[in-house]
Amino acid sequence: MRHTLAVLVENNPGVLARVAGLFSRRGFNIDSLAVGRTDNPAVSAMTIVVEGDDRYLEQVNKQLHKLVDVIRISDITRDAYVDRELVLIKVSADSNKRAEIMQLVDIFRARIVDVGPKSLTIEVTGNDGKISAFEESLRPFGIKELVRTGKIAMLRGFKASSKNNVHKEEDES
Amino acid sequence: MEITVAEALIRCLEQENVELVFGYPGGAILPVYDALNKTTIKHILVRHEQGAAHAADGYARVTGKVGVCLATSGPGATNLITGIANAYMDSVPMVVITGQVSTGMVGTDAFQEVDITGITIPITKHNFLVKDPNQLPVIVKKAFHLASTGRPGPVLIDLPKDVAMEKIKFKYPKTVVLPGYKPTFKGHPSMVQQAGRIIMESERPVIYAGGGIRIANASPELLQLAEKINAPVTHTLMGLGCFPGDHPLFLGMLGLHGTKYANQAVTECDCLIAVGARFDDRVVSKISGFAPTAKIIHIDIDPAEIGKNVRIQLPIVGDVKNVLGALLPQLEKKENAPWLARIRQLKEEFPLHYDRNGCLKPQFVVEKLNEYKDDRAIVVTDVGQHQMWAAQYMRFKEPRCFLSSGGLGAMGFCLPAAVGAKLGAPDRTVITVIGDGGIQMTMQELGTAAEQKLPLKIFVLNNQRLGMVRQLQDFYCQKRHVAVDFQFNLDFAELGRLYGMEGYTVETAQQLEKLLPEVLASPKPVLVNCMVDPEENVLPMVLDGANINEAVD
Ligand SMILES: Cc1cc2nc3c(=O)[nH]c(=O)nc-3n(C[C@H](O)[C@H](O)[C@H](O)COP(=O)(O)OP(=O)(O)OC[C@H]3O[C@@H](n4cnc5c(N)ncnc54)[C@H](O)[C@@H]3O)c2cc1C
Ligand SMILES: Cc1ncc(C[n+]2csc(CCOP(=O)(O)OP(=O)(O)O)c2C)c(N)n1
Repeated sequence: MRHTLAVLVENNPGVLARVAGLFSRRGFNIDSLAVGRTDNPAVSAMTIVVEGDDRYLEQVNKQLHKLVDVIRISDITRDAYVDRELVLIKVSADSNKRAEIMQLVDIFRARIVDVGPKSLTIEVTGNDGKISAFEESLRPFGIKELVRTGKIAMLRGFKASSKNNVHKEEDES
Repeated sequence: MEITVAEALIRCLEQENVELVFGYPGGAILPVYDALNKTTIKHILVRHEQGAAHAADGYARVTGKVGVCLATSGPGATNLITGIANAYMDSVPMVVITGQVSTGMVGTDAFQEVDITGITIPITKHNFLVKDPNQLPVIVKKAFHLASTGRPGPVLIDLPKDVAMEKIKFKYPKTVVLPGYKPTFKGHPSMVQQAGRIIMESERPVIYAGGGIRIANASPELLQLAEKINAPVTHTLMGLGCFPGDHPLFLGMLGLHGTKYANQAVTECDCLIAVGARFDDRVVSKISGFAPTAKIIHIDIDPAEIGKNVRIQLPIVGDVKNVLGALLPQLEKKENAPWLARIRQLKEEFPLHYDRNGCLKPQFVVEKLNEYKDDRAIVVTDVGQHQMWAAQYMRFKEPRCFLSSGGLGAMGFCLPAAVGAKLGAPDRTVITVIGDGGIQMTMQELGTAAEQKLPLKIFVLNNQRLGMVRQLQDFYCQKRHVAVDFQFNLDFAELGRLYGMEGYTVETAQQLEKLLPEVLASPKPVLVNCMVDPEENVLPMVLDGANINEAVD
């Protein structure tokens, strides 16, 4: 089963290497990993998608927790959450194909962000299902390049998957 | 008043009550060494950085304090790696300080630059690269806190040379904030209660005691538990000494080279209480055959150890001393008479044994050392056959008396660790049991021992070969021996003399017995080269893929 982990980490140098290294060292497979700052500059949020059974996920969780920079991990897979991924796709587009492609762009509520003589570059955001569907419908035209950000996710409603006011000043004396 | 970061570092160490550090100087760490001029902290100059790390490790194991070692950037730092990994695997509290090239040069493949924080991510509990001079005191405070609390381990601080020379206002923080680090100390009350119930319902309980007992100083609680519920106690290599070796409930070591009766007891028990032990593969062998009829209770401070290798019925995350303290009042006195009778029978039926005929037997050497050593003597081993014989035949009344590289199994550990141990416990006898292979990995530390005037008692179990590997080749490669017999053999007694020790060679049991009381009582450093039977095997031995109660004996 695929699990989505919302992970809060201290924004320290090397934290990405620590997390990524842990996954490769312990033989855990990452499907995707997205990382960025939160509203607190000292804290970053990671969304990690990882595939495995419950026992495996338990180890992933516990090993991640052992990293001192990891503040909090929530496996939100079974909760209601919103997830989004942004994808850039460069697709071959001769003049006779453009109308058709633009129609698809419309249907999927994507956006054309660059127009070249023989290609279009399209931006699309959405969840997994939408993105795969869009990718499949563009495939016949010839996808020349595709880049995905990896998924970011957040719980629905008022509850926070990540609370990031965890940083207090060091108590000096 | 402002002081340099290097001076601040030393002040931090003073605040942490560090009395000595092990190290080796160089360019990038020059400012720190300069600052050592102004302190009462003693610096022990080793002969190789690996020795500094192992010595800090040995010191920490004996004293329970954080061991500290220093090295310069580049090769100095990389030489520490085996020692850091060793401390990591055996959960030893250590703070490692390395010099680094100046910040402006980091990342340029500068002279003697290596990315030591990158390299040591997998073998440290945590590490820090100091970039902001003002952060140094907070970082050191964090490092000591991390190294010594929860599940202990090594923490590395990499200090660039230019940062070390900056000036700061020194203030040592009283506490630190680590939002991602909150070890669980108290066991969950309902889990403790359930554990009590399982134990009281059991008829054939066994306690499986590990290194966590030593770390938590929980030997008194362990003894109370065992006596209250009359459960026999088996221990891991790391748990040796946590339970008195002369106690009727003592079962000896379990696992790969454990006693047959310990392994059989674990196989037959209906309740296995694992305390501060991590179900290592050397212990468990075939998972399905490990304690197949038992309800397993696992008490460990590291949640990641629970359920990692073996499925367990009842986890209790917490400090063993605390958890056992909470568990004891839940229990009532149990007798388990039929079970104890069964254990006595197993002990009689399958004792440890070896053939006493012929030339000097390595088992005999450790047996006699055990007989003649005093109760508080510290035994340090290297890795190999001699290590296993020491674990099988030596008995201890208290923890922190037996030091061995368990998780990493790093040959070369013994001599430097013995140096650290002796400096940590100057009034106690330190005996090393070491192979002729392993001594040659770090024998330069004999120089450190001589310089510090440490009267180590070194016993080389000299079989003129890499005995443990020879044994593996016998069992797994149809006795095809490759690269296990030394063609050049050193006169170790003479080597000892070169380093100012009394050197002896013994070839017979009589020679050994005559020499032992004398050399152990002597205030001098001694090296005894014991020419032992090169054909002896460590038995029992659980072969690959077998259950632990199916050992070859
Ligand atoms: C050649 C060779 C052969 C070996 N053969 C054997 C063998 O036959 N049998 C054997 O037992 N070993 C053997 N070993 C050693 C083995 O590899 C492991 O090192 C050892 O079994 C681990 O011991 P342990 O489970 O006590 O864990 P340790 O490595 O000592 O770990 C301590 C455990 O306690 C926990 N802990 C720490 N502090 C606390 C606390 N305050 N409260 C609660 N828990 C805490 C830790 O999280 C950890 O899980 C051998 C090693 C070598 C080199
Ligand atoms: C650094 C290192 N290299 C290799 C090994 C593999 N190894 C384990 S035991 C052993 C032989 C040890 O020989 P010796 O020190 O003579 O001790 P003996 O087994 O003969 O008692 C070897 C090579 C190891 N454990 N550590």
